[in-house]
Amino acid sequence: MDLRFTPEEVAFREEVRTFIAENLPRETRERMRLGYRPKKQEIIDWMRILNRKGWAAFNWPQEYGGTGWSAIQRMIFLEENLAAPAPELLSFNITMIGPVLIQFGTQAQKDHFLPRAKNLDDWWCQGFSEPGAGSDLASLRTRAEKDGDHYVVNGQKIWTSTAHNADWCFCLVRTNPNAAKRQEGISFLLIDMKTPGVEVRPIISIDGSHHLNEVFFTDVRVPVENLVGEENKGWSVAKYLLGNERTGIARLGSSKAAIRRSKEVAKEVRMKGRPLIEDQAFRTRVAQLEVDAKALEITQLRVVSAYAKAGGNKPDPVSSVLKVKGTELLQNSSELLMDVGGPQAMAVWQAELAALTNEPEIGPEWAPQMAPAYLMLRAASIYGGTNEIQKNILNKAVLGL
Amino acid sequence: MDFDLTEDQRLLTESVSRLLGDTYAFEQRKQLLKTPTGWSETLWAQYAELGLLGLPFSEDHGGFGGSAVDVMLLMQAFGKHLVLEPYLSTVVLGGTALRLAGSADQQDEILPGIAAGERRLAFAHYERQSRYDMTDVLTTAKASADGFVLEGAKATVLHGDSADTLIVSARTAGGRDDEAGLSLFLVDANSPGVAKRGYTLRDGSRAAELSFSGVQVPRDALLGEQDNALPVIRRVVEAGIAAGAAEVVGAMEAMQAMTLDYLKTRVQFGRAIGENQALQHRAAEMMIALEQGRSMAMLAAMMVDEPNAAERERNISMAKVGVGQAGRFVSQNAVQLHGGIGMTEEYAVGHFFRRVMVFEHLYGDTAYHLDLLADQVA
Repeated sequence: MDLRFTPEEVAFREEVRTFIAENLPRETRERMRLGYRPKKQEIIDWMRILNRKGWAAFNWPQEYGGTGWSAIQRMIFLEENLAAPAPELLSFNITMIGPVLIQFGTQAQKDHFLPRAKNLDDWWCQGFSEPGAGSDLASLRTRAEKDGDHYVVNGQKIWTSTAHNADWCFCLVRTNPNAAKRQEGISFLLIDMKTPGVEVRPIISIDGSHHLNEVFFTDVRVPVENLVGEENKGWSVAKYLLGNERTGIARLGSSKAAIRRSKEVAKEVRMKGRPLIEDQAFRTRVAQLEVDAKALEITQLRVVSAYAKAGGNKPDPVSSVLKVKGTELLQNSSELLMDVGGPQAMAVWQAELAALTNEPEIGPEWAPQMAPAYLMLRAASIYGGTNEIQKNILNKAVLGL
Repeated sequence: MDFDLTEDQRLLTESVSRLLGDTYAFEQRKQLLKTPTGWSETLWAQYAELGLLGLPFSEDHGGFGGSAVDVMLLMQAFGKHLVLEPYLSTVVLGGTALRLAGSADQQDEILPGIAAGERRLAFAHYERQSRYDMTDVLTTAKASADGFVLEGAKATVLHGDSADTLIVSARTAGGRDDEAGLSLFLVDANSPGVAKRGYTLRDGSRAAELSFSGVQVPRDALLGEQDNALPVIRRVVEAGIAAGAAEVVGAMEAMQAMTLDYLKTRVQFGRAIGENQALQHRAAEMMIALEQGRSMAMLAAMMVDEPNAAERERNISMAKVGVGQAGRFVSQNAVQLHGGIGMTEEYAVGHFFRRVMVFEHLYGDTAYHLDLLADQVA
């Protein structure tokens, strides 16, 4: 057992850090440092910069244009990218549909979709959840009926992140409503969002942003060659997708960035006549989060290293620990940052709004995104399998209860 | 980065687990607790035979040249069985002080004896009034014609009642809370003027209050530099934190296993209580805390030999906080999920609970170390 990074791993971290520092567009970095989420075009630009470097498909095998990095290297890369802060790689493309097509796709699907996914020529979204199928995904009802060389899809998806940006949707649909087990009648389809009958309606979330959507399918005709894997075997594809590479699930770099930002702003604001950074109650809160981050960092290394050791093809249920602690830390660090902002963080008057009206922004430049980040991150313990579901997974898969 | 055990480490943990599995069943341990010393000379000799008592020492000193990770693995096994022998005080605390500050002669004289199971040490540093403050030392050592004369008292000296050699901190200069002016001395526990009052801590392990009244020690009893012992004292305490953290991990593992077993077998309302989701989620939260605590014990082992003092101290404090919080969560919930039976002296879970509780209050508790970390926020 050796708990230190090797010199090669340290050098790799330096290489990644330097590349990001030299290539991340300055405006993107500055906006993200202030807590703004990257715009669609900023995400596309950054993915293409990474793709030119050969890093966009960081977790794919080399034969498909991936990097061939070790699990530790992949973790370092993701952490550095988050901590920069740079736009996250579009997970729908890179950690979801890419690995799924590599594992289950036809040659034609791989040839067409993989290069486009890693260059973000196609923006993918995930059509899994439905109004009646959240944590209980297998109860989904969106129907796909065979009609010649097409499936005809009818139904509704919900909570579809970035569907309004998306060119394609990978979707779970019911192809056999009479299967003995609910899981056995589900198929995995690729749907072009421009197909007639696809309608995207926005859901505005409590942070005021448009990130989520409802997607309605009315007699949407999908060519049969867009089926991934076998018909009625879509559940195993979905399970592979959800269990695949969870290296980045803790999003530790993002929490670290929020803690760092809290300390920076705490030097500018005051508490009882002194800079907030000098207040011991505040400092203790920071210290606690830094302890939590350190524990998570090491647990993450252990999970990643065990995953790599196991051949990297079986999801490790212990990654549920990373999901729970990672999202708790994301929430707690965004809460700290908002509390540092105080009343200034409560104003809705955002930069975009100020620009439209030619009025100066209300409050300091660090304030506008504090509350939205806090509000949006309430979702962190809900998406990707709620933290309660993660505890169920731990019980079933590890504790045997 | 490599979390796998080496072949040697695998063999070490296997042989220790085998020995403790045979000798440290709950009932056997209860008998040990009733003996006057509160631990077993026979087992101590077996530890020596297995090479455990010289684990971190160099081969020149009869040791194995083991790493901090090796010690961590051993302490984890000790924690799992609530071992009572004076390993922490002799090998970890005493051994660390000698390895860091001992002259070649002092090391040659004492370390092989420890490894052979013939000598036992105790680290007599903290005093009644000092709580967790390492510089709050009132015991004095005044230079005399042929050495020093010690005057004062030490509190909560782990296994201070059975050690033959004491490592005693005393002021050779300065006053209370001064960082400079501290020195360490090797003191024969049977020297005239040394008085001991042995007692048991809440977890059944032994400790002592020691007093020193006109205790004469020779010049060569000085361990390390005169007036500048604080850096060594800090590192001895850090070694104690790293080792104790691993012990807590072992204790948490045991409590987690016992609790899961209980959840699966205890029937109420016609079904195993572990079928209730409220309890299932608590068990998952215990596991999460255990894994986070384990990570922090690993951090402590990784940092305990780090040469950069600021970096080392900061990470050891983090580990103490992390393990302290995890230990509290796991042990409190282990008792809670057991219900009434968890409250009884006859049942093992409460014994693990008390081991974790005692360690939390040694070498700075969670609040103390969190405050140290808070001081450094910038």
